[in-house]
Amino acid sequence: MDILNAFVALLNYVMIPATAYGAQLALGALGVTLVYGILRFSNFAHGDTMAFGTAMVILATWGLQALGVSAGPLPTALLALPLGIAATALLVLGTDRTVYRFYRREKAAPVVMVMVSVGVMFVMNGLTRFVIGVDEIRFDDGVRFLISAREFKQATGLSEGLALRGTQVLTVVTAGLMVWALFWFLNHTRTGKSMRAYSDNEDLALLSGIDPERVVAVTWIIAAALATTAGTLYGLDKAFKAFNYFHLLLPIFAASIVGGLGNPLGAIAGGFLIAYSEVSITYAFKKVLGYLAPEGWEPEGLVQLLSTEYKFAVSFAILVVVLLFRPTGIFKGKSV
Amino acid sequence: MIRVENLHRHFGGFRAVDGASLEIQTGSITGLIGPNGAGKSTLFNVIAGVLKPTSGRVMMDGEEITGLAPHELFHKGLLRTFQIAHEFSSMTVRENLMMVPARQSGETLWNAWTARRRIAQEEAELLKKADEVLDFLTISHLRDELAGNLSGGQKKLLELGRTMMVDAKIVFLDEVGAGVNRTLLNTIGDAIVRLNKERGYTFCVIEHDMDFIARLCDPVIVMAEGKVLAQGSADHIMENEAVIEAYLGTGLKNKVVANG
Ligand SMILES: Nc1ncnc2c1ncn2[C@@H]1O[C@H](COP(=O)(O)OP(=O)(O)OP(=O)(O)O)[C@@H](O)[C@H]1O
Ligand SMILES: [Mg+2]
Repeated sequence: MDILNAFVALLNYVMIPATAYGAQLALGALGVTLVYGILRFSNFAHGDTMAFGTAMVILATWGLQALGVSAGPLPTALLALPLGIAATALLVLGTDRTVYRFYRREKAAPVVMVMVSVGVMFVMNGLTRFVIGVDEIRFDDGVRFLISAREFKQATGLSEGLALRGTQVLTVVTAGLMVWALFWFLNHTRTGKSMRAYSDNEDLALLSGIDPERVVAVTWIIAAALATTAGTLYGLDKAFKAFNYFHLLLPIFAASIVGGLGNPLGAIAGGFLIAYSEVSITYAFKKVLGYLAPEGWEPEGLVQLLSTEYKFAVSFAILVVVLLFRPTGIFKGKSV
Repeated sequence: MIRVENLHRHFGGFRAVDGASLEIQTGSITGLIGPNGAGKSTLFNVIAGVLKPTSGRVMMDGEEITGLAPHELFHKGLLRTFQIAHEFSSMTVRENLMMVPARQSGETLWNAWTARRRIAQEEAELLKKADEVLDFLTISHLRDELAGNLSGGQKKLLELGRTMMVDAKIVFLDEVGAGVNRTLLNTIGDAIVRLNKERGYTFCVIEHDMDFIARLCDPVIVMAEGKVLAQGSADHIMENEAVIEAYLGTGLKNKVVANG
């Protein structure tokens, strides 16, 4: 029995990656949930908004690198992030002006809005690929590892290594700051409060003098900021590929629905729940159990519930279970 | 003054408001009565910008306001309450009231940071005002309750409270008294009279309780089937044969006179 090594292996292969992934999903789900709360439709284009935002950040990163600007130990992409957010905000505001606003004025049913967002999704997807191509792009520079597996082994004398990448810490810290800023905004500013009011009761908000177009615009800007940040963190952590963000849509939707659509806290909890489930169900526990099992009893198989190719099935299964048993999500959201 | 000119609002082939014309004089407490389905709430919805009219015009102090959005009308000082009380259910009663005066300095993200002192001061004033309103309506003890948890009558009071948070010019009340007990109804009636006298609010009040209407309102407008049937003082209205037939019935007149 070697509890310490088992714990380190678990930390290294499950906890740390899942936490970083969870933070990325949480940011993505916050965007979806916010748009749902205010505009009252599930925005299928959110994944591709993330892709577009990340593509903009990558372009800006290249620009900054060419100018010789760097953020020292941090990835240059962090400096490029505000530029990417601004570009993405312009795109989504433009989309709202040209597409969504028309349907909003028509008081189109939510299903119609969803279909419209699917159309927007295809356009954005094409736009992103047109701008930056379909290939995988790595754009993380700066310090790669805060703790490397080799150093860890040497320092602790354990046989199991622990690696902590700079991007993982960056992801969690940035996501934490974003979430803090968002909640501060929603709870302490007049505009944030009017967004909550609008989400709670649209008719009353209008009759209380709240300008709907303004609330909608602010919502899009925040959604763009969340999407770009989430997409960039995901791209730094793994790699950027336009199509990956389309695939992320499922876990992100699952996270926001599990947490209760329209409920920001729920989106965060949902993000981590999905990430932990996905990573732990697709992780081969052979090694961890090998450390824990008595001599001679080590498992022979991989002890993996589901191979990684099927990781999206996890989100899907969780989604189905939640919809069946608690359609408003774990935290009370609007029912879907 | 509000002037409604030959207003129509149709739902499909159904004429909910069918050529209504009326005037609400500045400084009055005008009553609007009529049988269920007469089109009273629909008329309110059109005036308040919730519904677009099929045809016709709405004027406010000589300026056309037909089809303006509710938030634009709000900033012109035109407020309304809902027949079925609306509230921000996930906010407390006090927060509900503090939500109302929507145009303030806390508006941009920029000055949310830079003008924090001024905003804090405004918030403090708002809070004081909200507490005064709650006192006035005798529901101070509910201030930290989530508005969604209030009873139907309490929500009605909150609706009235919303209109007291700003300096409104004209307030449309859609059955504020429905579901409210008699004592509270008197309180509401007193509140309306006081707001009218002390703060110069003009009111247009829909109410089925004829005692309430007779006590408060002059003139009274009677609607039936989307049209204005009669208009005049409460006494005058209660004498009107057409009104008695369409709405009051013969028994009621004697009762009100006996009470009055
Ligand atoms: N959105 C709508 N779609 C179709 N018909 C409607 C709609 N709103 C109202 N109506 C119809 O218009 C008529 C007038 O309704 P309204 O609510 O204005 O009546 P009211 O005078 O306020 O009645 P009450 O005293 O019962 O509140 C009713 O017959 C109602 O069914
Ligand atoms: Mg009505």
